[in-house]
Amino acid sequence: MQHTISILVDNKPGVLTRVTGLVARRGFNIESLAVDTTEDPRLSRVTLVMEADEVSIEQINKQLHKLINVHKIIDLTGADAIERELALFKVVAAPDKRNEIVEVASLFRANIVDVSQNALVVEATGTHDKLQALEDLLRPYGIKEIVRTGKIALSRGAKE
Amino acid sequence: MDENDPTDAEVQCDCAPTVQLTGAQAVIAQLEAEGVEVIFGYPGAQAIKLYDALHDSKKIRHILTRHEQGAVHVADGYARSSGRVGVVLVTSGPGATNTVTGIATAYMDSIPLVVITGQVPTTAIGTDAFQESDITTITLPITKHSYLIKDIAELILSLHEAFYIASSGRPGPVLIDIPSNVAAEMIHYVPITGKPSISSYRPTYKGNARQIREAAALIGKAKRPVLYVGGGVVASGATSELAQLAQLMQIPVATTLMAKGAFDPQDVLALGQPGMHGRHHVNHALAHSDLLIAVGTRFSDRVTGNARAFAPDTKVIHIDIDPAEIGKNHVAHVPIVGDARGILAGIIANLQQSQAMPRTQVWLQEIAAIAAAERSAQGGNREVADEGAIQPYELLSALNTLLIQTGRDVIVTTDVGQHQMWASQYLDIAEPRHFISSGGLGTMGFGLPAALGAQIANPGSLVICVSGDGSIQMNSQEMATCAVNSLPIKVVLLNNNSLGMVRQWQQLFCDRRYACTLLEDNPDFVKLAEAYSWKGYRITRSTEIGRALEWLISQSMPALLDVRIATEELVLPMVVPGEALGRVIDWGDV
Ligand SMILES: Cc1cc2nc3c(=O)[nH]c(=O)nc-3n(C[C@H](O)[C@H](O)[C@H](O)COP(=O)(O)OP(=O)(O)OC[C@H]3O[C@@H](n4cnc5c(N)ncnc54)[C@H](O)[C@@H]3O)c2cc1C
Ligand SMILES: Cc1ncc(C[n+]2csc(CCOP(=O)(O)OP(=O)(O)O)c2C)c(N)n1
Repeated sequence: MQHTISILVDNKPGVLTRVTGLVARRGFNIESLAVDTTEDPRLSRVTLVMEADEVSIEQINKQLHKLINVHKIIDLTGADAIERELALFKVVAAPDKRNEIVEVASLFRANIVDVSQNALVVEATGTHDKLQALEDLLRPYGIKEIVRTGKIALSRGAKE
Repeated sequence: MDENDPTDAEVQCDCAPTVQLTGAQAVIAQLEAEGVEVIFGYPGAQAIKLYDALHDSKKIRHILTRHEQGAVHVADGYARSSGRVGVVLVTSGPGATNTVTGIATAYMDSIPLVVITGQVPTTAIGTDAFQESDITTITLPITKHSYLIKDIAELILSLHEAFYIASSGRPGPVLIDIPSNVAAEMIHYVPITGKPSISSYRPTYKGNARQIREAAALIGKAKRPVLYVGGGVVASGATSELAQLAQLMQIPVATTLMAKGAFDPQDVLALGQPGMHGRHHVNHALAHSDLLIAVGTRFSDRVTGNARAFAPDTKVIHIDIDPAEIGKNHVAHVPIVGDARGILAGIIANLQQSQAMPRTQVWLQEIAAIAAAERSAQGGNREVADEGAIQPYELLSALNTLLIQTGRDVIVTTDVGQHQMWASQYLDIAEPRHFISSGGLGTMGFGLPAALGAQIANPGSLVICVSGDGSIQMNSQEMATCAVNSLPIKVVLLNNNSLGMVRQWQQLFCDRRYACTLLEDNPDFVKLAEAYSWKGYRITRSTEIGRALEWLISQSMPALLDVRIATEELVLPMVVPGEALGRVIDWGDV
């Protein structure tokens, strides 16, 4: 099953290599990855999505814990968590199709962030599934390019 | 290691007035503050400042090996035989990359090392500068932790942390990479002592009390228990607790290769080594137990054979300081994370309190009966083609008897191959840290430098390296280091003119097709020894064994005994690789 793991690490050079190197070395494929600093500038948060069974994910969590630069690991899989990805779609938009595309985008609360002669860039945030649905609807118009960030996630409520 | 880890004082800075030192001088001063007495290494341009500072040290001795791989193995042998941290100093680039096999060897066997590498100046990093190698990245998978010091402000604390991380929790090698400009900069040096506070690193020492009670309850009820113990018992210093628990509940003890010496082999409860080259009764005991008490051991594939088929119906108590080991290779019904010594003491206290009585009499008889029926103990009592030829078991049994008779403190190191397994099978080692072997990585070339390190840590001991004609050639340059430093180690070379262990697999599993395993044009090892100012001697007949061994151990200089044995000798029994422990090849089968 797919797991979303949030890892708090030292904000130091080379730490990301330690984390991703370890995951790869233990035979896992990282499906998505997002990294940024946190409210505490000494720490970064790495959000990893990977496919693994329960036993393997427990083992990989324990191994990650052994990295001296890892402070905390939260498995957000199945937990009450807010998950978001951001996507930019460059869609072919002949003048007579523009309005339709804008409508589709607005259904998803997506924004048009660039308009040119024959193309629009649609920016959307949401869960993986929502972005997938938007992509499916945009596809018939002709998608020239897609960029998607890795997933970020945060637990709900006051707890860390 | 102290199970209570009492040094809970945070890092202290001595209030002595600070002094202005170069980074390199500060490193040496801090190494002195860490209690380092000897460093093993090899200089080069980017380490020249560090070496210059070391030149002035009155407390630290430097041993110049003849190869950086050798330096790491020497430090490793020093660490294994003394329980202290082994320290290595090398230069950047090729000096650093030459340490890789040594570091990996220590990592696999959880040995504490601090490896200091010189690096090109910070301004040159990333430019493919002369002798630049990204050694912290290269060694990521084989170090417990590493530092690249780009800012001199981090230098001394990082070095202090390196010693703490290497030696605490599950021990392991830590690398610290120091660019040459950092070594040259000036710093207000204040020695750092006390336990560093690393919020993301807090190893667990104390076992959970409820789990300990549960373990004791299972042990109290078990009729067919086995103590399956490993290198963690040695690291923890838990051998007397182990003996106490075994005696109290009359539990037989299987010691992995890494635990050889952790339990008295003469004790009736001693089973010896389990696994691929374990004897039948040991593997029978493991496979048919109702309770496995695994202590400081990692269920390696050399022990379990096919892991899925390993003791499927047995309840398992797993005690290990590394939570990641628990459940990694085998299910644990009662996991206990922490230091083996305190946990065993806790289990013993619980058993004593509940006045548990041993219930293992029938079990011990069953195991003893299987042991008595075995053929392997005497090299199979088999017929040999050449009557007077030297058989490995005969040589090693004679060595064993002689070593016991000498009454001296004897430390044995091995290389890797058949000779390693024969040494493990036929030598009785009754004390921890007295049998030193590369288990996890199986590094040929480990034995000679490791013996050197053991001799430096234990100048009064008789240090013997059991090696093979393949392995000895992988670090034979360290014979020079021995000679120069008057380290009187003794090499017993089991010379079968082949890469015997691989040849054995070819004999058994590849229809005797000896692809690239025959070493037909070996050098004259006696002359090689003499070239390094060692003593050397060769024997070919079994009648010569007694006198030759006496000659060897009476030498005050380093000495090598070249023992010619037949090429087609075998280490048996042998569990077929990848199969369950019951699938065994023994003398009757070949
Ligand atoms: C040619 C060859 C053949 C081999 N055949 C065999 C064989 O037949 N039988 C055999 O046994 N081995 C054999 N080996 C060795 C084998 O590969 C492994 O190295 C060995 O079995 C591992 O031993 P171990 O389980 O004791 O683990 P180690 O590698 O010694 O691990 C120690 C464990 O203890 C834990 N630990 C450390 N400190 C503490 C502490 N303070 N408290 C609690 N736990 C702690 C660690 O976390 C780790 O899990 C062979 C090797 C070679 C090269
Ligand atoms: C560095 C290294 N290379 C290759 C191997 C694979 N290997 C394992 S045992 C062995 C043969 C060892 O030969 P020798 O030292 O002569 O010992 P013998 O088995 O003959 O006693 C080899 C090549 C290894 N363990 N280490």
